[in-house]
Amino acid sequence: MDGAPVSAEQPLVALRGIVKEFSGVRANDGVDFELRAGEVHALLGENGAGKTTLMNVLAGLARPDAGTVEIRGDDTAVRSPRAAIDRGIGMVHQHFRLVDRFTVAENVTLGWHAPKALLRRRPLEREIARLSELYRMPVQAGRPVWQLSVGEQQRVEILKNLYRGAQVLILDEPTAVLTPQESLALVDSLRRMAAEGRGIVFISHKLDEVMAVADRITVLRRGRNVATVATSDTTQGELARMMIGHDLPQAAAPDDRQAGAGVLRLDAVEADDDRGLPALRGVDLEVRAGEIVGLAGVAGNGQLALAEVVVGLRPLSGGRVLFEDRDVSGWSIARRIGAGIGYCPEDRLRHGVAPTLSIAENLIAKSYRRRPVSGRLLLDRRGARRAAAELAERFDIRGADLDAPVASLSGGNVQKVLLAREISADPRLLIAAQSTRGLDVHAAEATRRLLLEQRNAGRAVLLISEDLDELVRMSDRIAVIYEGRIMGTFPAHEADEEEIGLLMAGRRP
Amino acid sequence: MTSGVRRSLRATAVQITAVVVGLALGGLSLAAIGVSPYDGISSLLEAAFGSELALTQTALKAVPLALTGLAVAVCMRMRLWNIGAEGQFHAGAIGATWAALAFPTGSTLVLVPLMVVAAMAAGAAWALIAAVPRALWGVNEIITTLLLNYVAILGVAYLVTGPWRSAAGLNFPVTDVFGPGARLPALGGGLLHVGVLFPLVAAAVLLVLLQRSRWGFTVRMIGASPQAARVAGMSTARSVVGIMLIAGALAGVAGMVEVSMSFGRLRQGISPGYGYMAILIAALAGARILGTLAISFLFAGFVVGGFALQALGVPQSFVLLLQGLILFSALAGTALTRRPRMLGRPPGRRGPAHVAKEEPSTP
Amino acid sequence: MLVGAVSGFLAVNETGSLLQGVAAGVAAGLAASALHAFFTVTLHANQIISGLGITIAGTGLAALLGRSVVGLPPRASFEDVDVPLLGSIPGVGDILFSHHVLVYVGFVLAPAVWWVLRHTRLGLHVRAVGENPAAADAMGVPVTLYRYGAVLFGGALAGLAGASLSLAESPGWSEGMTAGRGWIALALVIFATWSPLRVLLGAFFFGALDVLAFRAQIIGVDVAPTVLGMIPYVATLVVLVVVTLLGTRRRLGAPEALGVPYVRDG
Repeated sequence: MDGAPVSAEQPLVALRGIVKEFSGVRANDGVDFELRAGEVHALLGENGAGKTTLMNVLAGLARPDAGTVEIRGDDTAVRSPRAAIDRGIGMVHQHFRLVDRFTVAENVTLGWHAPKALLRRRPLEREIARLSELYRMPVQAGRPVWQLSVGEQQRVEILKNLYRGAQVLILDEPTAVLTPQESLALVDSLRRMAAEGRGIVFISHKLDEVMAVADRITVLRRGRNVATVATSDTTQGELARMMIGHDLPQAAAPDDRQAGAGVLRLDAVEADDDRGLPALRGVDLEVRAGEIVGLAGVAGNGQLALAEVVVGLRPLSGGRVLFEDRDVSGWSIARRIGAGIGYCPEDRLRHGVAPTLSIAENLIAKSYRRRPVSGRLLLDRRGARRAAAELAERFDIRGADLDAPVASLSGGNVQKVLLAREISADPRLLIAAQSTRGLDVHAAEATRRLLLEQRNAGRAVLLISEDLDELVRMSDRIAVIYEGRIMGTFPAHEADEEEIGLLMAGRRP
Repeated sequence: MTSGVRRSLRATAVQITAVVVGLALGGLSLAAIGVSPYDGISSLLEAAFGSELALTQTALKAVPLALTGLAVAVCMRMRLWNIGAEGQFHAGAIGATWAALAFPTGSTLVLVPLMVVAAMAAGAAWALIAAVPRALWGVNEIITTLLLNYVAILGVAYLVTGPWRSAAGLNFPVTDVFGPGARLPALGGGLLHVGVLFPLVAAAVLLVLLQRSRWGFTVRMIGASPQAARVAGMSTARSVVGIMLIAGALAGVAGMVEVSMSFGRLRQGISPGYGYMAILIAALAGARILGTLAISFLFAGFVVGGFALQALGVPQSFVLLLQGLILFSALAGTALTRRPRMLGRPPGRRGPAHVAKEEPSTP
Repeated sequence: MLVGAVSGFLAVNETGSLLQGVAAGVAAGLAASALHAFFTVTLHANQIISGLGITIAGTGLAALLGRSVVGLPPRASFEDVDVPLLGSIPGVGDILFSHHVLVYVGFVLAPAVWWVLRHTRLGLHVRAVGENPAAADAMGVPVTLYRYGAVLFGGALAGLAGASLSLAESPGWSEGMTAGRGWIALALVIFATWSPLRVLLGAFFFGALDVLAFRAQIIGVDVAPTVLGMIPYVATLVVLVVVTLLGTRRRLGAPEALGVPYVRDG
């Protein structure tokens, strides 16, 4: 706190008794929230606690079923994003709302009802330069957005809101896509904005960063208020208890077995991303039987491409992928699956399962070529059903009508369907990407336990995650990836958060 | 299962309602031009379905519609838009004509199978021109198939005004009349010929292929989620090419039936837009195989009945308006009955799915 | 377009006024596109299906409306107008400046549309709604309004095109008189890689082929007119494949959200 003016009389924003339901589930159940001018106010809670929903209500993206939104004492309903912007509320979403093909300047002015009907690029670019200077957020106004890094895109989102005079800035999990160092710079910029009397809402589920950035913290759990506290009056431990409601079950500690033979080896692997820009620039990596290798890195540094070249979804532009000492670089996806490579992709509902097909059909989506699911030419319906029912039983996919579409399952159960399918194929290598993201605590623990079981059964596991805690807890070794290069690999028990942080930012300590 | 049955029943109910509403709207537009709606619609239906002769004619008219309709529907199953059934139809007609002209004295037993095979090959080849760029490089098949229609239609025009022009055609742009062996064998005593069996056979084969075969499973999986199918090791490219070949062959056979039976030679204007009506038909049927058969029979009835309307001073094209009205009634019906947050939205598009991330999942 | 053609012709027949004829054509185009917009934008129906439905129903409706005037000469039609001075420039003058009024409207509209899209706020918003409606919506651009506006504007232009056919190009009405020009317009847009300026150039090119096909024999060119007729389609096909292959979609490609209905979350 650097003495920002905290006015007690009238808050900038006051949300009272907000209720918002989505198909019968109360995302917000009578939530109160208050934001003062000049403060950074963290909104803390687990995934699904209702943080984003609450802020969508404030930003005019969702209409509350009950409750009032008061902005500077005016409680007229905020009916649209535009109305919110007009009243000084700006929101930076987790997934940026930028037009890729537009330049930074065009994105910044988009939707702004300036008096002039003509676009005048010069003054616009000058104003952007001024704002970016003032808040130390470097951007190049004339470049198209698709050429920018994720960090730069985030700065464009923030500038967009400042440009239209936002007094309240809401950031939804802004650091999820940043390196620790970029995060520090962002926090510095936010403090500057607060010092000018703006109110900043900082949505997060990370305790340490909330402690570092916020003046006050409001904790939500299952759509309800738990408490609002001043940062100086609380501790990480207290916040954790408020957030989760009980103590976390600990994952089984990694034991000291020796890893077996090498299963996967990447040898100077290079590959391009969808835009034709290099995503992997000479990756060397080995995963051995009976070990979990955790791949750490800020989102978008080549993790996805790495998984995809191993599975065969992305062609190599250089190097080799060796699986059990065979060069599989030129193999088709199906052949690699047959050889024993399993993959649980990051975007489960898009790449993992076919949401509109039934649970049973998704369970057999990889075994349909073999008995008992397949006869000689036609599918064996009864065999397929039995196979699916067995899997549902073994992996405890609860409450499942096997003929119901997968989309009707919860996130945790979708993950189970996926894991059941992959594990039942008896892979020798399992790649799990962001496998616990978006799951509730229990489903996440169940997923972690399944992955540990695979390791203990002697399989090689490549675990890709942005959750450092999870990586340190689960992995035997950790590799850090930055801009398509492996910056370092070391045993997990030697892991040092700061060291990993620096490697993730591309600096060798 | 139950939810599946319920969904399919609801879809059928929407379709039937749409036909009724469409007919009612068609009646209204007749009234607007001073023709009695009752007279108009009833004479239309009478001429289409009211007698054995009418039913026969409708069944014959339904053949090209059903075959092209299936050609569109199978592609829809895989999220492919085959706008090119019209072109594949013309290509099939060219293929069949080639066979018929090459062996003018061939016997039915040899010539008809040869024409069918040639038509299927030509239709499939035409579809392949769009399928390969789509499968390899992701070139938009909507546009390519549409463009190829015009090339195929102009190709027919070129052949009948050029190399294949009949010397006996009195300078009309037509080919020689096919020999007797190029006609499909009759079925029963009347006007029916074995061509009416083609859609039924095609539908049966497609049903087994899609619902029961391994390959069909990959097609359905790709249709439901191309990305997930790819991760599961299914080759999208191979399935795209496969399904387009099937579609092209189906539409090609339709072209064969028409040149063999309706015209007995190749000439211009052999299709009043079957390939486009096919898209409406497949869309109305929700890309279901049996539904496609049913709706093509209905639409064929309208086309046949449309001739009867000319007696009342209503142009034949009125049936096009009628088909459009039914389509829009169905679109409106689907929109009205769609459950607000049903997950039937195509995945893989940017937007809602991401934003909804933090909403609680139903336990 | 067909609906525009017949409506324009009918209106002229009724009123004898060309201006009202053009207005009727535009209004008919607007009405057809309003239906299309309602189904695709509001009901999120598939644009291909709806568009095809409009085409087929429009063909039927036009035939129905025009049944009494088939083959009749119009009471009035547009005459060619020489633009003073410009029209007398040797060579170019005849080619560019000696047409009926609606041709000039086309000449002016294409660059005007380009300029509006590129240099005004309105254009920025239209492009944003086509590229990323969620982003535009978040910034307070009324997506539905813009999408209706764009579809209606397109419908009005198509109606105008129809009226220009029935009132100027080949005065009179016959069923199917547009001869698939609406479809070739689709090819044209892709051929021109989504730029209104290149559309104008492409239209010249396609039009030239059309005329050439018509006059090939007269001029003594030994190419079958049907083969010439294929060229626009094949050329568009090649352009489409090349643009896709070069991976220049980001610069030359279709708007990202083309064909995707916008459903706001929550």
